[in-house]
Amino acid sequence: MWKGDYVFVLRNLILKDFRIRYRNMSLGMFWSLLNPLVMMSVLTFVFVKIFRSPTPHFPVFLLCGLVPFNFFSTAWSSSTTSLADNAGLIKFVRIPRAIVPMSAVLAACPHLLIQLALLLGIATASGIPANIHWAWLPVVFGMELVFLCGLGLVFSAVNVYVRDTRYVVESANTVLFYLVPVFYSFSIIPQAYREVYQYNPIAALILAMREIVLENRAPSEVLLLKLFAVSVVTAAVGWVVFQKLEKRVYDHL
Amino acid sequence: MPVISCRNVSKIFRRHAGPQLAREHLKALLTRRARRDNDFYALRDISFEVNEGESLAIIGGNGAGKTTLLSLIAGLSCPDRGSLSVNGRIAALLQLGSGFHPDLTGAENVVINASLLGFSRKRTRELFDSIVEFSGIRDFINEPLRTYSSGMVVRLAFSVAINVDPDILIIDEVLAVGDLAFQEKCHERIRALRRARKTFVCVSHAMPMLLQLCDHAIWLDHGELILSGNIQDVIDAYEGRSAPRPPGG
Repeated sequence: MWKGDYVFVLRNLILKDFRIRYRNMSLGMFWSLLNPLVMMSVLTFVFVKIFRSPTPHFPVFLLCGLVPFNFFSTAWSSSTTSLADNAGLIKFVRIPRAIVPMSAVLAACPHLLIQLALLLGIATASGIPANIHWAWLPVVFGMELVFLCGLGLVFSAVNVYVRDTRYVVESANTVLFYLVPVFYSFSIIPQAYREVYQYNPIAALILAMREIVLENRAPSEVLLLKLFAVSVVTAAVGWVVFQKLEKRVYDHL
Repeated sequence: MPVISCRNVSKIFRRHAGPQLAREHLKALLTRRARRDNDFYALRDISFEVNEGESLAIIGGNGAGKTTLLSLIAGLSCPDRGSLSVNGRIAALLQLGSGFHPDLTGAENVVINASLLGFSRKRTRELFDSIVEFSGIRDFINEPLRTYSSGMVVRLAFSVAINVDPDILIIDEVLAVGDLAFQEKCHERIRALRRARKTFVCVSHAMPMLLQLCDHAIWLDHGELILSGNIQDVIDAYEGRSAPRPPGG
């Protein structure tokens, strides 16, 4: 058994990812802000000026969808390729391998924090006051992290055996962008589908974000419960599947 | 209790002939083609033991299964048959710069590697200076690793591994990249490790070095154990019959 400091390894792997990503860029951390800003401006122009969307505070409304969605898709796709990308580590260094996809998920967090700060800043600037329910944000994002770790464990292991998996994930992310209420409101989804939507952790996260930031209230209990249940089940399934698939990972890398 | 105990271990690799397309998988599934046709024994029925304070050399030609055996001992892959038990903290240097990232500096890589080998944050900080000191590349420690020569990389990797104070040190051929002075420094540390009754397992083609550092040896050929015993006897036998069968024969 590997006897080491899990937290220290995790911290180092996240830091490594962060440094590699930014070291060779002249704009550095600014990229984390630029991407959602550009997306926000373009989509706001399209929906407010062209489609004449009546949604109040449209830029904030949009960021409440974009920020969680970006976080989700980055974490999902980078954790999926994490084992294959770190073949050198997996094949030659003895570490608890589950740490690798989990660190890939956690490495998306610094971006998330920057983008959340941007979102809350723009919200305040456009006249939406800070409220006590913002305290729910760490809770819902915490549950999303648990969900993403489970997802990352399954997909990273499967991606070692079937390398097409990463392309499936990329396509799924594109599809989800339209399927999940990122740039439209949950209320225009037909009643029949709403129940199902709440079981989708990324849709649930966006819903919770809008309830917290725009409607100035705590996310509904049903929603929280569904998010919690799906996250815990996914993490448990992820762990079991990973333990099973991990045994032959060496032979396939 | 032996430090390493290997009983009837086999490792089977499946030959991945041809593309890994879905239709190939489907064909194999439908025709129930005897899977054994594609099986390849990287190791077949290997048994040996290493006791406390002993050191083992693994010798043999290319493709004999030496690295596969090391990966099993290091706990990186699992045997398909037989049982393998290893007692103690392992540090393995299996490939030049594994776990190092070219874009990070030497110092950053040292910290990451130390944590991967099981150091705590505090211990890493304490040992950082002696690791850098031993590697002898202090002047370049804040440069990205991609600017290093392979000799410098191996200096850094060995310095980290030896400073973990492992119970079992596993090395696969990599030391040959270092210059003579550094190799001598490494050998001295390995001897110190052995005096402390720790275990050293090594794959190499440099017989004089193995004679100096190891007392036991096993000779592998095409996945099978040919001879196991005293280092001098095994090397004599190996060199006496050093024209192995042609590959694939």
